Amino acid sequence: MTTTTLAVTDPRRERLAALGRRAAIRLAGGVLVLWAVATLTFFALRLMPGDPVLAILGGPSGNPTPEAIEAARVEYGLDKPLAVQYVFYLGRLVQGDLGVSYSQHLPVTRVLAEQGGATLELTVAALVLAWLLVLLLTVVTAGRGRLVGGIASLAETLSAALPHFWLGVVLLAVFAFGLRWFPPAGSDSFASLVLPAFSLAIPLAGFIAQVTRESLELTLDQPFVLTARTRGLSDLAVRFRHALRHALLPGVSLSGWAIGALISGAVVCEVIFSRKGVGRQLYQAVQAQDLPLVIGISLVVAAGYVLANILVDLLYQWIDPRQQEAAA
Amino acid sequence: MTDLTHGHVLAPLRRQRHLKLPPLGASLAILFLFALLLAALAPGLFTRIDPLAIVPREAFQPPSWAHWLGTDQSGRDIFARVIHGARQSLLIGLAATAISMLIAIALGLLGGLGGARVDRAVGWLLEVLFAFPSLVLALLFVAVFGSGVGPLIVATGLGGAPGYARMVRGQVLAVRNAGYIEAARALGHPTSRIVLRQLLPNAMRPLVVTLTMGVGQAIVWASALSFLGLGARPPAPEWGTMLSMGRDFIANAWWLTFFPGLFIVLTTLATTVTGRYIQQRLEGRLP
Repeated sequence: MTTTTLAVTDPRRERLAALGRRAAIRLAGGVLVLWAVATLTFFALRLMPGDPVLAILGGPSGNPTPEAIEAARVEYGLDKPLAVQYVFYLGRLVQGDLGVSYSQHLPVTRVLAEQGGATLELTVAALVLAWLLVLLLTVVTAGRGRLVGGIASLAETLSAALPHFWLGVVLLAVFAFGLRWFPPAGSDSFASLVLPAFSLAIPLAGFIAQVTRESLELTLDQPFVLTARTRGLSDLAVRFRHALRHALLPGVSLSGWAIGALISGAVVCEVIFSRKGVGRQLYQAVQAQDLPLVIGISLVVAAGYVLANILVDLLYQWIDPRQQEAAA
Repeated sequence: MTDLTHGHVLAPLRRQRHLKLPPLGASLAILFLFALLLAALAPGLFTRIDPLAIVPREAFQPPSWAHWLGTDQSGRDIFARVIHGARQSLLIGLAATAISMLIAIALGLLGGLGGARVDRAVGWLLEVLFAFPSLVLALLFVAVFGSGVGPLIVATGLGGAPGYARMVRGQVLAVRNAGYIEAARALGHPTSRIVLRQLLPNAMRPLVVTLTMGVGQAIVWASALSFLGLGARPPAPEWGTMLSMGRDFIANAWWLTFFPGLFIVLTTLATTVTGRYIQQRLEGRLP
């Protein structure tokens, strides 16, 4: 047997290659999506009432002279036709230059670099926390009779119905102002991450848990679970090692959607808890009509979403190799 | 299991004397939604207090017999404001869901029926729209068209549209090749008639549940935008706006934010539970 035939027939290697091919296709699609996002945002914001030059020169209160307006117009290239501006904008974008924020007079990339970490930290913490809650709740309570199931399912429905902003305010009132366990604002310490992460994670956990419980309960009725039990595995081992892998799939595919919801939630949570982050920056940039910053943040958020969904897609295939055969 | 061996056959509606009442949770949810609808139509039935009346003397009263849910910073009664806010919030939720659905049906039909190339384009457009988280999309929309209730409704509707569109498209694709569509085509019905009378009603049936729950979600998203100060203007009794106003006093007057938010939660919960109940009914009837 030669090495070449081995390489061709090695299923693990083939699987990795298929995963790689799929990742490449998805990445190319992602780039196209990002181009559309950039174009859409650019033209949408040009429809915005109000002159961007006035926004550059300090908003409605700036009261600049006509000469200053003219100078700024030329400096930022706003005197050129829209199509030319668009081409220049795309050209700079490809080089990784997102322009200069009108309201902060800093390069957008620098603002993003300073603020992005905090948002990433928050969303990742919330996602991990949500999955911990889901696993804890569903694996322990699924298929344990009507009463336990009923209570757990009530808890899930209730937490899925909680809006981030209300939960955030309530947590703030109870744990920051009432009990004084956590700081009410800021983003420097680990303690300041706890409340925002919980207010994002609890509703999300409710959503994912509903789906995961249903699929886990279906899985626990499958013959292979019975087989595992007859082999003498403990109940928890059956649940974690055999049933969970099957039951995770709907929840994992929901996580892709959840990342979008998390970013939306992050905007609100960062405003409530006065946290550093791109969500609050976006909110402020929209109010200040800060065109480059709004575009920059939308692009980064979209890129994060696209990338995360590619990862979820690959994770899905890794958990369930059958998907790959279906796709091939 | 085929239709022939299916255990019970439903009697005609007229003969079903003993209509089974929905279970407790669903009953409560439907009752709550009904009360909410009543509050939206005739708030005077629930409270006689003017939601906008300013009584500075009675500012920041905690909940009591005189003011069930307390008063806000200007002495306005929060219960009256919540009741009067029901109309605004329900209207926003229903209108936004309707807009989402219209966009979704247009895109879904286009994708499902327009042939492979159009379908790919629609799929791509949906992916682009999905890349904007709904709140980011809504923020962009508000940035372009300004804040207020009108833009708020459209922004919320737009944010929800891609999700529904994906579902409609899937449904249309699933229903498109069903036997009854083929039969209608064989009978020589015009395409427009088939789409309106056969395809759409059948494709939409599973979406009834999603739509019921969607109204609750739309109210939440609209409240989130109002909460950020992008929706109804402050003195108006709108739940999200009330929450946003109360945020400044959260350290010493929790009832300002707690109760408007509680009503948002209860409404979402009620729509979810009702939606699930409808789903069970539909599935029970369709073996």
